Amino acid sequence: MTDQQAPSESLTDAALDSGTKAANELGEFRSLKADVWRQFRRHKGAMGGVILLTLVVSGCLLGPPLMGFDTATPDVANANRGAFDWPHLFGTDNLGRDAFARALLGGRISLAVGFVAMAVSIIVGVLIGVFAGYFRWLDSPLMRLTDLFLSLPLLPILLVTVVLFRDPVQDRLGDNLGIFVLMVAIIGGTSWMSTARIVRGEVLSIKQEEFILASRSIGTRPWVIIMKHVVPNVMSPVIVAASLGIAVAILTESAVSFLGLGFPLDLPTWGKLLDEAKDRISLNVWLTIGPGILLSATVMSVNLIGDGLRDALDPQGRSKG
Amino acid sequence: MLQYIFRRLALSIPTLIAISLVVFGLLDLAPGDPTSQLPLTIPMEMRENIRESLGFNDPFIIRWLNWLELMMVNEPIHLIDSKVGVCLSDMWGSDCATADRIISWQSRSPALDTVYERLPQTVWTLGLGLLFGVIIAVPIGTLQAYRQYSWFDNIGTVVTMLGYSVPVFVIGPIFIWLFSVQNQWLPTFYTTTHDVQWSSWSSIWFQIKQLLMPVTVLTLFNAATFGRFARASVLENLNEGYVRTARAKGLSEAVVMNRHVVRNSLIPVVTLLALSIPGIFSGAIITENIFRINGLGQLLLLSIGQNDLPMVQSLVFIFAALTVLFNIVADVLYGVLDPRIRYD
Repeated sequence: MTDQQAPSESLTDAALDSGTKAANELGEFRSLKADVWRQFRRHKGAMGGVILLTLVVSGCLLGPPLMGFDTATPDVANANRGAFDWPHLFGTDNLGRDAFARALLGGRISLAVGFVAMAVSIIVGVLIGVFAGYFRWLDSPLMRLTDLFLSLPLLPILLVTVVLFRDPVQDRLGDNLGIFVLMVAIIGGTSWMSTARIVRGEVLSIKQEEFILASRSIGTRPWVIIMKHVVPNVMSPVIVAASLGIAVAILTESAVSFLGLGFPLDLPTWGKLLDEAKDRISLNVWLTIGPGILLSATVMSVNLIGDGLRDALDPQGRSKG
Repeated sequence: MLQYIFRRLALSIPTLIAISLVVFGLLDLAPGDPTSQLPLTIPMEMRENIRESLGFNDPFIIRWLNWLELMMVNEPIHLIDSKVGVCLSDMWGSDCATADRIISWQSRSPALDTVYERLPQTVWTLGLGLLFGVIIAVPIGTLQAYRQYSWFDNIGTVVTMLGYSVPVFVIGPIFIWLFSVQNQWLPTFYTTTHDVQWSSWSSIWFQIKQLLMPVTVLTLFNAATFGRFARASVLENLNEGYVRTARAKGLSEAVVMNRHVVRNSLIPVVTLLALSIPGIFSGAIITENIFRINGLGQLLLLSIGQNDLPMVQSLVFIFAALTVLFNIVADVLYGVLDPRIRYD
């Protein structure tokens, strides 16, 4: 969580924290951090989201090694086993690999794409938003660029870009790393616009505050003002956008992979597994339901966390659904 | 207002040109070229001639301007010609029959003719999905807000959350399994050759059956999105002063809700509706892929797979033009519905 008071207060973090603790016992003073956490904890949906997301993430990380299935080599003798056929909870795929283990392995890549693409999108969005808001001469061109990106049909462009650049990038970076970097770059590069708009608006109003004027008057360079005073103060909406951005990134990656244009077959993601499962739906529907539940649970938990963060960080939005 | 619309339409032309530069430029970087699909027995000189005749050796800017003229001048004129039955192309000095059009590399026929052929399927599924989604969402969202934190609201919130967390490509295959594999009630693909006879019940029933699954899936997703939005919008309006005034002067609850609150709450919903129409085209690509509807989304996927650049460029540009158009529609509607907003 960000500590919005730090820039304007002379207390160090440690002093502030111990002060908060002492003051909390007296019930007089709460820091923003504690206040947000208190609000967030009271939001039932958000806490449910945290638990669900922790379950999915730890399952994807720890599940495959714990179950001990060999998902690398085909085992044709056990191919196309039905669901609940012990020890295969969701059955096996056409090469005899355990479907549950593969769904969890696929989750690793989907989650990694989601988090990294979100980070790319937030970094680009904050940079463009801060520059557009802070430097007046950059405002118009950067906002026109944002408008242009907003009026591009994103999924078609994404599909086309993946197809066009897949081979060159894979040649340079290797098959798996190449497609990962490409997916992250395009998903991040096409989802930064809302963050940029929000950040620009916030920066425009913060720029008028007196502490910025004070900082300028003692000769602080613009770069330092941006990093020390502006960016920490726009973090609340950015955190909300980031949590919702993870859901968007995971869904976009899954959609592209589902359409057969994302990750290759040997590098499963939820979307790719769903694409494979679609054609075997009459054999075993759990090949669809398994990754489907994991994917939906992740998206739902991230959305719930985002809602909770918005309610906790934004005092005006607390009554809204 | 009329002046505002014309100004926005005029301003959209530079945007469209910028978009066309992005779309054309992006695809121009493509490594593939039309001669790569030809048999290897064709000698190199002939390949070079083919490339020359397709205009591949011209500089980028020339090719872009040529394409821009085809897309933004010739194709609209051709559309008007074929719809109205006159020949406007004469005025541009070219013959109606031989007027230049964008030619698909795949079918060797005008790309936009294929687009027009496939448009009805997409409009049917998307339009009905959107329509039913809104029809379901608005009353439910309103009732949810009116009875905030009741059991109805809580169930509605959970269902809404599920509705937009479970993606179309998860619920779609599960629907197919339920209704086409387990019980052979509904077809798994859309038959385009079926000509709907409005006089025959069995013909209409067939059309309903083949539209049922894709439309239901889209309706669920749209209802979740719009329901959440409608609920938030009604909640906001319920706290306004005019609601208290309406109640204070003794109006019945039904009048307060229907005349005042719902009408005002619909303003942002209508705007969202106009704004989400282009985004729904993304949904079309996925829905059409799952339910095997040969609409525009499937055409795009097919053309990407076949390296049919003119078709892909046309489709992406059409999607972009629709996005720009519906942005304008949203802004205009906002002004029409809310008299407080003036564009002068």
